[in-house]
Amino acid sequence: MIVLPRYEIRWHGRGGQGAVTASMVLAMAAIYEGKYAQAFPEFGAERRGAPVKAYTRIDDEPIRTREPILHPDIVVVLDPSLPKKLYLEGVKDTTVFVVNTKKSAREFASMLEVPVDRVYTVDAFKIALDILKVPIVNTAMVGALVGVVPIVSIESVKKAVLNTFSGKLGQVNVMAVERAYQEIRGIAKEVSA
Amino acid sequence: MSIQKEIKWKRLPLSTNYAVAYAVKDLDVDVVAAYPITPQTTVVEKISEFIANGELDAEMIHVESEHSALSATVGASAAGARAFTATASQGLELMHEILHIASGLRMPVVMSVATRALSAPISIWNDYSDLMNARDASWVTLIVASAQEAYDTIVQAYKIAESPDVMLPVMVAYDGYIMSHTYEPVLVPEDPSIVLEFAPKNYNRLRLDPDRPMTFGTIANPDWYYEFKYQQVVAMKNAYRKAIEVDKEFGKVFGRSYGILETCCLDDADVVVLTYGGLYGTFLEAIRKMRENGVKVGAARLRLWRPFPAEDVVRELGGAKMLVVVDRAISYGAQISGPVAMEVMNAFYGDPDAPSIMSVVVGIGQRTVTSYTVREIVDYAFRVLERGRVPRETLYWGVRGVKYE
Repeated sequence: MIVLPRYEIRWHGRGGQGAVTASMVLAMAAIYEGKYAQAFPEFGAERRGAPVKAYTRIDDEPIRTREPILHPDIVVVLDPSLPKKLYLEGVKDTTVFVVNTKKSAREFASMLEVPVDRVYTVDAFKIALDILKVPIVNTAMVGALVGVVPIVSIESVKKAVLNTFSGKLGQVNVMAVERAYQEIRGIAKEVSA
Repeated sequence: MSIQKEIKWKRLPLSTNYAVAYAVKDLDVDVVAAYPITPQTTVVEKISEFIANGELDAEMIHVESEHSALSATVGASAAGARAFTATASQGLELMHEILHIASGLRMPVVMSVATRALSAPISIWNDYSDLMNARDASWVTLIVASAQEAYDTIVQAYKIAESPDVMLPVMVAYDGYIMSHTYEPVLVPEDPSIVLEFAPKNYNRLRLDPDRPMTFGTIANPDWYYEFKYQQVVAMKNAYRKAIEVDKEFGKVFGRSYGILETCCLDDADVVVLTYGGLYGTFLEAIRKMRENGVKVGAARLRLWRPFPAEDVVRELGGAKMLVVVDRAISYGAQISGPVAMEVMNAFYGDPDAPSIMSVVVGIGQRTVTSYTVREIVDYAFRVLERGRVPRETLYWGVRGVKYE
């Protein structure tokens, strides 16, 4: 797996899919574990269906910078219909992609033209529709992410989900997290640095 | 002996807006009057939640405008209440008339400002045009750089405001969106009584009381008006000492203090960049990296804007060859249009050993500032230093069609 002094994660979705909430849930989980973290949206017009970006930074040391994440370590794609140029912007040779798609990691990697060992996929729409009955994939994609790169434990993610969504909604979102955590697939489950 | 070790903390993921609301709750504020405006709104939303939950026993006055919001806050303060409001942008402009009344009446109200650009054209995004327009309203003004510092500074603000030798309103400002909507860890005490112990309410002040009738804000004719205004001048001077003292005391009790100027890497720095608010963090991290690569550059953050700590700026930053002052507001038509840059030049006026001072404006309407921007500005400053001709006008960094070589 990747071990970095600081993790920079960029979330890409469309308005209404919950990219901003996903960025927050991950940061909350990190904060519960005593880490430093930052979550903030890309500041721009927010409309249902429009492309949305959000950011999470996680570090063992205090984070002072407030610049948007230009060169992410991890890119999470909540919506496979987004133009790929949106989420390929500024990526590094080491950037890992965690993608909601029916496609296999191999298929998606060839579409992105990046090495297959850096791509992980999960059909999060199916998970969300099965469990939540709505195509909101944010919590599933947080589960998928920690299934690939265990920056925080899944227990902390569940706690953050339960503190974000109350009652039954919290419970079903925890189920979505768990299922995506299990179902995320790449050619290797562990990422090498 | 410090009581710091006895405090049990909760470590919560909070936006800066929420951190402000938590401080207001822990300070047991009596009256809140506010009108919604982006990006401030979630401050008072959270306070409303606290009141609804019974976590805060306060009166929330729903008003029809920011003019009324501050008027109601001033009224509550005059009756002796600990009062709070929050605003941004056009809201702060609409309050402008009452800003002067609050300070003229010597009301110790505290207001948070999630800074935002001004219309027209409409921008809901960040810059400091709103705050800088309120510069001359006789409010003590602190600009913070993190959610934790916002919580801590709201606590300090009431102690400064209600101090008998100050009795002035205090604004606590931070970057709208860039901070107001960013979640980060904040320590809040599990038992908030420590906050009230540190900043107890000052009921021992002149206030409206039916049993002891008195009048506030009557007409003052030319034979007395000037003396009222001079008292505000004196109060501002006292506020400078008080702000330093309260921050130190806060450090002793809570284990965190900030000073009025935060600095980094000043030793042997040829160029020092001074800025304020959350953007400082972006400068700081970029400048630390440049330092690792051997560039002699330092960074500084202005935390106290009014009263302006001129002596501290001269003492701390006077050793550099060049000071670059990075503002996020424009005083239109001024030769040097960065409000803080003007103040820094004024502080060094007549000093034969003064560094060269360069004024740079960035981030207007939240034009993105990245570590690349920081490096470009610092590189440019070193080129100017080599050439020896410092621009006599403000540089408008990052605007279309303008390039500085």
